[in-house]
Order: sequence, then C-alpha cells, then structure tokens
Amino acid sequence: MLIDTKGMLCPLPVIRLQEFARQVETETEVIVIATDPGVLEDIPIWCRVNGHEHIKSEQLNHEFHVTIKALPQAELATERGPS
Amino acid sequence: MLAAKVVQSQGVYVEGVNFFTGFCVEGHTQAVKRSKKQKAKRHSALWCAEQIGIPIQIVDISEDYQDIVIQPRYGYGRLLNPCLDCKIFMVNRALDLKSNRGEPFDFVITGEVIGQRPKSQRKETMGIIAKDSGAHDRLLRPLCAKNLPPSLPEREGWVDREKLHGFSGRSRKPQFALANELGITEWSQPAGGCCFLTDESYTKKLQDLWDSRGSKEYDLEDVILLKIGRHIRPAPHYKLIIGREEGENQYLRGFRHKFAHMSTVSHVGPLCLIDGELSAEERVLASRILARYSRGRTEPEVTVCITEQSGVSEEVVVEPIQPHMVPAEWSLAS
Repeated sequence: MLIDTKGMLCPLPVIRLQEFARQVETETEVIVIATDPGVLEDIPIWCRVNGHEHIKSEQLNHEFHVTIKALPQAELATERGPS
Repeated sequence: MLAAKVVQSQGVYVEGVNFFTGFCVEGHTQAVKRSKKQKAKRHSALWCAEQIGIPIQIVDISEDYQDIVIQPRYGYGRLLNPCLDCKIFMVNRALDLKSNRGEPFDFVITGEVIGQRPKSQRKETMGIIAKDSGAHDRLLRPLCAKNLPPSLPEREGWVDREKLHGFSGRSRKPQFALANELGITEWSQPAGGCCFLTDESYTKKLQDLWDSRGSKEYDLEDVILLKIGRHIRPAPHYKLIIGREEGENQYLRGFRHKFAHMSTVSHVGPLCLIDGELSAEERVLASRILARYSRGRTEPEVTVCITEQSGVSEEVVVEPIQPHMVPAEWSLAS
C-alpha cells in the first residue's frame, strides 16, 4: 500500500498514515512517500509509540520513502493488555 | 506532558492527543526553512509521548477549527488567539475520540493551571471549559486539581486526589520541580508559544488577508502561505509574497499554478508570488520591489520575468527600488 503525501508538510503525512492504519484489518506493509524530510523523524516515533513497526526509511532523489508495518487495532490492544 | 505523567504514574492507561489546527508553529515553518544540512526537527507532541511512554493520536481539525478562529464566542486574546474557545473545542473533540484500542475514553486530562494564562486559565474559565465542552466532571486537571472541586475520576477513585497537585499562578517553578521529581529533564515549548495566533507578525498578516477579502474566510493553504516569505502590500488589491531563502523559494514554487509570479533573470534573486491583479504600472513597481531583494539591488538595471497563471511570460527591465521609497506600511511584517 502506498500513501502519497508529496507536497504535504508534517504533521499531515503522519495524519494520513494514521488514518489509513486505523482501517487495517490485517498486518499491512505501507510505504509513505513524502517530500518533507520531517517524516524521517516523525513516522518512526509515531510507530514506536503506537505499536506499529518501522521497517526502513530511504531518500530517493527529492523524495523520502518510509516503510512501516501497520498492525490492526485488535492486535495493538492485545499487545498492550488491559488497563 | 506533566499532567499525563502524573495520572499515568497512578497506573491509569493514558493516551495523548495532539490537534493540528494549521496554526501550529512547528511543522510547516520548520520544514520549509530547514536548510539541507540541518537535521529534521522533531514533532514535540510525538516526542513527548515517547518520553513518557504513551500512544498518541494527531488529529486534523484544521477545517472545523475555522469557525473558532473566525467567530470565537468568547472573543480573542491580545491578538487573534481564541484561546478559551480553542480549549473548549479541543476538550470536546477529545471526548469524542476513541483510543487506539477502539474504546471510548473515561475522562480527559489537560495540563491547565489556574492563573497560568490570562485568557483561558483563570478559575472562572475552568468551569466554562468543563461545561461548554460537554466534559463537565469528566475533565481532570491533575496539576491544579486540589484547587478545584473533585472531578468524576477522583470521586470514583480512578485516580487518587491526594497524589494530584494544587498549582496556581503564572510561575512555572512548581512544574519544573515536579518534572525533576518525575525524572523529566527536557520538555517542549510551554503553551502559547506553539500557536501562530499568538504571534504579532503572523496575526498582522492574517488580519490583512481578511481585510483584503472583506471576509474572514481562509483555507489551509492561506494559513501556510502566511507563515512563509516577506509579505508586501503596495495597494489594497494586490500583495507580493517574496521568498527569504532557498527553502521558502522552493516551497513557493509549488504555488505557481495558483498565482502569477515573478523572478529575476539577470541576477540571482528570490521567487515572488503575486496575489491580485496588477496594472501595467503596478507590474513595474512590483518588479522594482522584487529587484530590490535580488543580488542586483545596487545595479542600475535588473531584468525580471513575470509569468501569468496562464503560463504567458514577459520580461521587464527595471531599476531596483530604493529602501526609502518603500513605505513601512506596505510591509506586513516578516
């Protein structure tokens, strides 16, 4: 799955990724394509705090490709356990 | 961050929420102005969440937030900051959110302290925020809870009121001491400094935008453009937006489809967007102003290329305008 956020500035790429991740029903590999280098910092942190997996970040010419594995909500809840 | 940590340390599951209004100081401006050599700056809310180990949602409220900015029920602060309405709106939106687990939240936590801010953090406004947001006693302020009636989570024993705090006033010393106690050694910008609506230079440009349109309408692109470049309005019907550095020029290039634009051809210089329709005479004046910001500013002549939105271009040769010929009131701050 590709999420094209070219031309958007942070935090909008993170918001678009988050909107998509909320809908996944199975583990899904997602590549966020961005022109704002802020994604290199923001998306890995967003993954770490929310339980998703950051796989890699690459710069290709003037674009930044950040690949993550988005986990479904049910799985995130199980991982964290009850409050 | 502190408020969340105080509640989290009582064993309560806490999630953070960060609202994107479009007026956030970080993000856009940092991304645009950042030079290639500089490291990308962190997003404060994400960073805070990681420091205290909580999940966080970033919610885009930029569209609905327009109503708050355009017509705040409780009015503006010193500038165009609708702080009280903003807090009411955000607490209300937080109540509607679901956790990462897909469950509704039991209560909302804010880091408000009575007397900390002149507009929105006074004893009387605390009650207004709780009531108007619809949160009522489901709104907990852990940093000043002891100065307020017990909220639902305190009464129900979900949190121990005795372990909450009774801070008040403008001093942040008690917060610094608490941060130290909780092992927090670094924190983000305190409230207020993170919103462009509390920035004099920015709000001058926003007010000018509204005045020039005869209405308070705006969209996200307007809001972002006001953060970028030198804004000069030589006449009520047009404005020039001139990049101040390569990062800004690059970003402004992305708006060429929406605006007529100018750049200097004979000398290195910035990109300029033209917001409005110009007469032949005004095109010359605009070109002279742009030439002033090029490397040819001290030369007798600079060639400027003006490109219409349609793509049709024309070159004009002008003498750069002298600084004393640009009235101060044309500049909408920079």
